[in-house]
Amino acid sequence: MSSLPQTPEITQRSKVIEYDLGQFCDEMYMPDGKPHPWALGLQETLNALGSRRLAKRQDAAERALFDMGITFNVYNDEAATEKIFPIDLIPRLVRGQEWDHIERGLHQRVRALNAFIHDVYNEQRIVTEGIIPVETIRSAEGFLEPCIGLTPPQGIWCHITGSDLVRDERGALMVLEDNLRCPSGVSYALANRNQMKRTFPNLFRSSRVRPISHYPSMLLQMLNQVAPAGNNRPNAAVLTPGKYNSAYFEHSYLARKMGCKLVEGGDLVVEDERVWMRTTMGLQPVDVIYRRIDDKFLDPEVFRSDSMLGVKGLMRAYRAGNVSLVNAPGTGVADDKLIYTYVPDMIRLYLDEEPILPNVETYRCEDKAQRQHVLANLDKLVVKAVNEAGGYGMLVGPHATKAEREKFAELITHAPRDYIAQPTLQLSRAPVLVEDHLEGRHVDLRPYILLGSEVVVVPGGLTRVALKKGSLVVNSSQGGGSKDTWVVDGDPAMDGDPAIAADPDVTDVASC
Amino acid sequence: MSRYLERVQSIARLIDVQDQLGMDQPDTPGLGKWEALMRTTRSYEAFEKAYPEATPEDAFRFLTFDPEQPNSMFSCMTAARENARSIREILTSELWQQVNELYHTIRLASSELNREDQLQDRFLDKVKTSGLSFSGIVEGTMASGEARSWFRLGQLIERADQTPRILDVKYFVLLPSPEDVGTPMDQIQWAGLLRSASALQVYRGEFGAITPRHVAELLLFSHIFPRSARYCIREADQELRSVLGTQIGYFCNPAEQLLGQVNSQLQYATIDEVFNHGLHEYIDTLQTQIGLIGQRIDQSYFSN
Repeated sequence: MSSLPQTPEITQRSKVIEYDLGQFCDEMYMPDGKPHPWALGLQETLNALGSRRLAKRQDAAERALFDMGITFNVYNDEAATEKIFPIDLIPRLVRGQEWDHIERGLHQRVRALNAFIHDVYNEQRIVTEGIIPVETIRSAEGFLEPCIGLTPPQGIWCHITGSDLVRDERGALMVLEDNLRCPSGVSYALANRNQMKRTFPNLFRSSRVRPISHYPSMLLQMLNQVAPAGNNRPNAAVLTPGKYNSAYFEHSYLARKMGCKLVEGGDLVVEDERVWMRTTMGLQPVDVIYRRIDDKFLDPEVFRSDSMLGVKGLMRAYRAGNVSLVNAPGTGVADDKLIYTYVPDMIRLYLDEEPILPNVETYRCEDKAQRQHVLANLDKLVVKAVNEAGGYGMLVGPHATKAEREKFAELITHAPRDYIAQPTLQLSRAPVLVEDHLEGRHVDLRPYILLGSEVVVVPGGLTRVALKKGSLVVNSSQGGGSKDTWVVDGDPAMDGDPAIAADPDVTDVASC
Repeated sequence: MSRYLERVQSIARLIDVQDQLGMDQPDTPGLGKWEALMRTTRSYEAFEKAYPEATPEDAFRFLTFDPEQPNSMFSCMTAARENARSIREILTSELWQQVNELYHTIRLASSELNREDQLQDRFLDKVKTSGLSFSGIVEGTMASGEARSWFRLGQLIERADQTPRILDVKYFVLLPSPEDVGTPMDQIQWAGLLRSASALQVYRGEFGAITPRHVAELLLFSHIFPRSARYCIREADQELRSVLGTQIGYFCNPAEQLLGQVNSQLQYATIDEVFNHGLHEYIDTLQTQIGLIGQRIDQSYFSN
């Protein structure tokens, strides 16, 4: 009972590790094909299990997720409207030391982003100092006139941020974009983790993985912290567009884990500039709303008057300081991919620090010289619409047809403010299980950052995988899957290993 | 029988939570938190004797499949099935079949799989779900009457015994040093305690953020949580009186008397009094009384 039985089938399993690294940086292996020191245990487990048992575990995990209803709805798909977010069983490992570096970078970034949003709606120092042109800010789709002059409770705007990190072919980690409009996916990370503990219990234990299961507690704590002042037991609610929304599972999951009510716009009503929830016992006050609907649908009185999802008068209650909205309306201004290009400047301006995590090099099509460079190099670049998310409105130059490139050239010329371009990154890859062997697939990493009285980042986050061979697009709506992310501190006995211990600058050694 | 069935279920739940919790606390050496679990089931001394090396694998085996241990899942299930066999004629066939099925599930698992494969196979989930389905089968197939009351009673008394025990063992282990209050690990551990009593979701709905005091209040004195001591004893009191048709405030035998006394004590106690008196002392007294209730029921109804 104490260990795996040593049956003969285990010995002949070399097939699992035949793995082609290609020309990419790999999250698990070094260029010479050996696993990173912190991935040795994982390698041993994969070998010991062999492909047949791995495949069995993959099936069991998928069935469990399906049984638990951890699924998302696919729009425009009548036949199979419910799918599990595909999970690949092989965890993506991040070494503890590297994670500490990432975490410092995320702390810094979120403090700067929050300072920026506050500045944009108040003094606009970033404009007067000549860093961002005022038109660039005013033309951002997420910029909301009605928020000018506002200070949300405790001055916090971006309570929840999901910044997407990628590693390039040299092994350096960079921020690809910042998601400040209700970033989703955290529930899949939590569910994946529970599943992985069952799938690899022994490996999990010996890997000393940093825990993430406290995320709902931390989220609830943050919601309580940012409630309007003077309320000892604030009532928090999660506001969802409803059960047909693709992320409805996540909304209900988080509400349940926090013990909050899950409400739709129709469940709320504003009276005397206070928000109330209709219940069978009459109206109950609501103090904090974790809203998972877009700014523009929040309040038909102020924004889109045809919104069926929002609550009439919500902004009045918000402005009167009687309800906190998470994230604050107007936060989307920093979600704009053109604004993103200025984040390093924000860090310097507001914090007087140098960025710890760099941006990906980005061309602003708004700028004439840069636009010409972009148009001349469309076959090499990735072009993104500044306001789109989920992998929509995007051109991957090297993989695109001539017609697609021409279409984008026209779009850019017509509305240069709406597009940015980045070099086509050779995103790092991680091994995934394909039938009976491993193949490399491109990955990114989305950590979730909470900003309340302090910054909290749970270690890890959602590793998204482009499951389609060769694809660089990891979004779930575009055929992406996920992996559990293990921030590992490794075997304490291995701390003496010079390869791990002597490492003052993590980015240098990073991976490749 | 129903007490044993309930215990099988609670062992499964404890192990499951322990396993998950253990993985989030990789720095706890050796047996670590399993020791606390053993103390919850009052079996640590027996464990030390049976497994001198005391590895987590040993702990798992000890609690699940060890036929030598009267409190292992396998032993409890065997006892439940034997009891069921002896009252086979009053059990509905659906109920008997479910008992039998669960017995075979556990027996097969014990002989075939190692721990890792059992986790794959969702063995613990099966046991938990199967345990809960007993209540449904009884409610849906058994005539209301004495047999059903005894079934419910066994279940309720076992729950009233288990829930405070979880609190007692873990409360002092978990009480944080001041600098740990509100840290992630603190939250993870308290959430784990609540989950092992199936109370996390109810707790969140009632109190939101986790504080030790509210945890104790919920597990001992909640009026609505179906595993709190107060709730279980109140229901048990009703069930027992229904057997002889005794009115509230009256008693016909020492069992009814003691259960009624414990019930009114629990109904009118407050968490402040308990903390002033000492939580451990309070729970200790309560458990002694619950043990005594079991004995008196035996004497009053089943010993001739």
